[in-house]
Amino acid sequence: MTAINPETPDLAKPSGMPWESYTHGHHWRNADDEFDAAKFGMWLFLSTEVLLFAGIFVAYAILRMMHPQAFANGSHYLDVRWGGLNTVVLLLSSWTVAMSVRCAQLNQQKWLRINLIITLICAILFFAIKLTFEYIPKWSEGKRPGALFDYPYASDPNEPLWWSVYYAATGIHALHVLIGAGLLTWVLVRSFKGKYGPKNYAMVETSGLYWHLVDLIWIFLFPLLYLIH
Amino acid sequence: MTTMDRPNDLTGEHGHDHHDGPYYQTRGSLLADVLNWATTVDHKKIGVMYLFAVLFMFFLGGAAALAVRYELMAPPRQTINAAGETVYTGQVFNLGKTVVDPDTGAAKTEYSLDTGNNTYNRLFTLHGAIMVFMFIVPSIPASLGNFFLPIMLGAKDVAFPRLNLLSWYIYVFGSIFGVLSILLGGVDTGWTFYTPYSTTTDAEYMRVVFMVLAAFILGFSSILTGLNFIVTVHKLRAPGMGWFDMPLFIWALYATSIIQVLATPVIGITLLLLIFERLFHIGIFDPGMGGDPVLYQHFFWFYSHPVVYVMILPAMGIISELLSVHSRKPIFGYKAIAFSSLGIAAVSFLVWGHHMFTSMGEVASALFSALTFLVAIPTAVKVFNWIATLYKGSIAINTPMLYAMSFLFLFSIGGLTGLPLGALATDLHLHDSYYVVAHFHYVMMGGTVIAMVGGIHHWWPKMFGRMYNETWGIIGCIIVFIGFNVTFLTQFILGTQGMPRRYASYVDEFQTLHIISTVGSWLLLLGFLIHLFNFIYSLIAGPKAPPNPWGGLTLEWEAESPPIEHNFHHEPVLRHGPYDYEDVVPPHCDADEFPLPPKPAPAPSPRVMK
Repeated sequence: MTAINPETPDLAKPSGMPWESYTHGHHWRNADDEFDAAKFGMWLFLSTEVLLFAGIFVAYAILRMMHPQAFANGSHYLDVRWGGLNTVVLLLSSWTVAMSVRCAQLNQQKWLRINLIITLICAILFFAIKLTFEYIPKWSEGKRPGALFDYPYASDPNEPLWWSVYYAATGIHALHVLIGAGLLTWVLVRSFKGKYGPKNYAMVETSGLYWHLVDLIWIFLFPLLYLIH
Repeated sequence: MTTMDRPNDLTGEHGHDHHDGPYYQTRGSLLADVLNWATTVDHKKIGVMYLFAVLFMFFLGGAAALAVRYELMAPPRQTINAAGETVYTGQVFNLGKTVVDPDTGAAKTEYSLDTGNNTYNRLFTLHGAIMVFMFIVPSIPASLGNFFLPIMLGAKDVAFPRLNLLSWYIYVFGSIFGVLSILLGGVDTGWTFYTPYSTTTDAEYMRVVFMVLAAFILGFSSILTGLNFIVTVHKLRAPGMGWFDMPLFIWALYATSIIQVLATPVIGITLLLLIFERLFHIGIFDPGMGGDPVLYQHFFWFYSHPVVYVMILPAMGIISELLSVHSRKPIFGYKAIAFSSLGIAAVSFLVWGHHMFTSMGEVASALFSALTFLVAIPTAVKVFNWIATLYKGSIAINTPMLYAMSFLFLFSIGGLTGLPLGALATDLHLHDSYYVVAHFHYVMMGGTVIAMVGGIHHWWPKMFGRMYNETWGIIGCIIVFIGFNVTFLTQFILGTQGMPRRYASYVDEFQTLHIISTVGSWLLLLGFLIHLFNFIYSLIAGPKAPPNPWGGLTLEWEAESPPIEHNFHHEPVLRHGPYDYEDVVPPHCDADEFPLPPKPAPAPSPRVMK
């Protein structure tokens, strides 16, 4: 493993790493078909995720139209700086996950792992910021969804609805961050076993695609929740 | 059609010697067999497991339907007799509650109308929820589709075999939640889980949550199957098979899968929000907190209307196969049928509003009404093409063909009676009446179930390597056809006369028709039981099936009956179209059995005529 220079890998020389002995599933004609299918399947799955969140966005739009004041008040309660920081964190992680795919293609095993680890640190950072500066203080102030709402200074009677949408949207998004981080952890563990390389990086790429989706959803949630007043 | 000169064996790296037996051959011991089936990634075994699971659910949902119909023969009545006592009649579901008087200690039986009504509500909900979420949505794609989509494409398996197994386990897991909810006492919200019923009734129990969770989990199974099929169709067609060389059943499954993938996530988020609403009262669907219950209905039908085409499109695919094979005629208008499947899938996403005509503005209603009528165009294209396929065909009168003809008859009635429901003025009169019940049963049962039973008969020899008894198949089919019409034609009349749906009781004028309808439901039961015993008998003692009993040309008939583990001995290369009956003697068949039809004399050229 150490014989490989991460900067200029010699792809022609076999080094006995597990990815080199990868063979495609027996029902495929060749590895290219299998790889294309894996990517295609992931894109289809991502379309289902987009449609899942589409429901949330529609609920947001309809309820905002019904109660514009409550939603305007609601977004004032959120601190755009923490939301912005989280956006930067996720964008950075999207870049590192894209780099990890590139590293797998080039057999740069060390950088593959470093990039994955940075991505996972970003995921943890995202959660830490979300919990310590958003969820926990807001929940303890009584800014809770629906019937749990207990904030004494609300100026619009429909503000609980805003918090319902806020918690549902960011909560389901957070769940996706968690799933994505789980997938990438699995990829990281397997990358330490040398499973990924130029002949086998479909899992890195598809998990990366999923991670980009998590990022993409946040790119829409951030302006809707934090920026529109 | 397409001819390719490629070596027949492209699968050299794997030996076939230990895979040459039937796919279901035993592993030696019962435990090994059970383990083998439980962990199999073979699409055929998964398809068979799905087939038995959905048929079990069909009988469970059918039992609830029979109970509902039985109750409606004698509706509950509270009257006062000559002696001034309150008398209850027709209390099928209310056997009375034993109450002990605290003062005297004497036990007596108390009756009330509520208990019977509540039981009735639970039963029709159970019937609807089971039939929709656990039977009809997965029915054809997950069972026959799983088994035949890869074989008809000439592939060894679906694109993601392990995902396929996962989708089966998700289906089982979801169904367990559904059955759990029933065992705990059932749900009375109707299968549509409309708010506020679903957020307020049964407050002290988790039953509604379990049932909604079941539908949510089953959605994942549906998405994974659809996703698998789309990728398989794109990536695993046999060498030589272009898009327009695919059997029409595959086109139908492809269109179905698109709807499954695009519509199901929306019900996912809807049911998730409903569960939040129910558990935490988040208020999104609660007008008391500023929410909107109609928003729930829009969300729900944005999934559930496209999904009725998930139910019917595979059935249409089966009919295309049955009519062509059993009349030995090339399908009429291949591309028209293929594209009309996609057309139905596209239009299906634009019509959900017709479930809320009474709660929308006039412009929106008119728009949705117009879009609803659009569905009739691709559907009619299919029906006319099917009838044209039969024209001058050599029609074999057997069970699959009779079912295909039943489908044409019943589905046409179901489709045409949908038009008055799509028109705004008549819908006001007919909505939420038995007319609606009859309409969607004609489409769902007269369409999907009839086609599925026909399809099971058609592919039974291929799936299990045994022939079924044709005489009993035909008898069963005729009884089902008569029973179906007796049950549901009466409901059209009831509906137009004003019988509302989802009521345990009604005025006396309706009783005769209700009794006729109930008797019809018994005939249906009889017909399905005949099929059931016919199938069981076939499995035990049916004669061995030849590889191609009907003379079909699609690739599954090139495989053995039953197929071997890898489906084909060599990767098949497509050399003719799926319906080229005029040019090709079917595989495994003699030219005497299935002779090529005589070619018509070439048309005389104008010069000769002079």
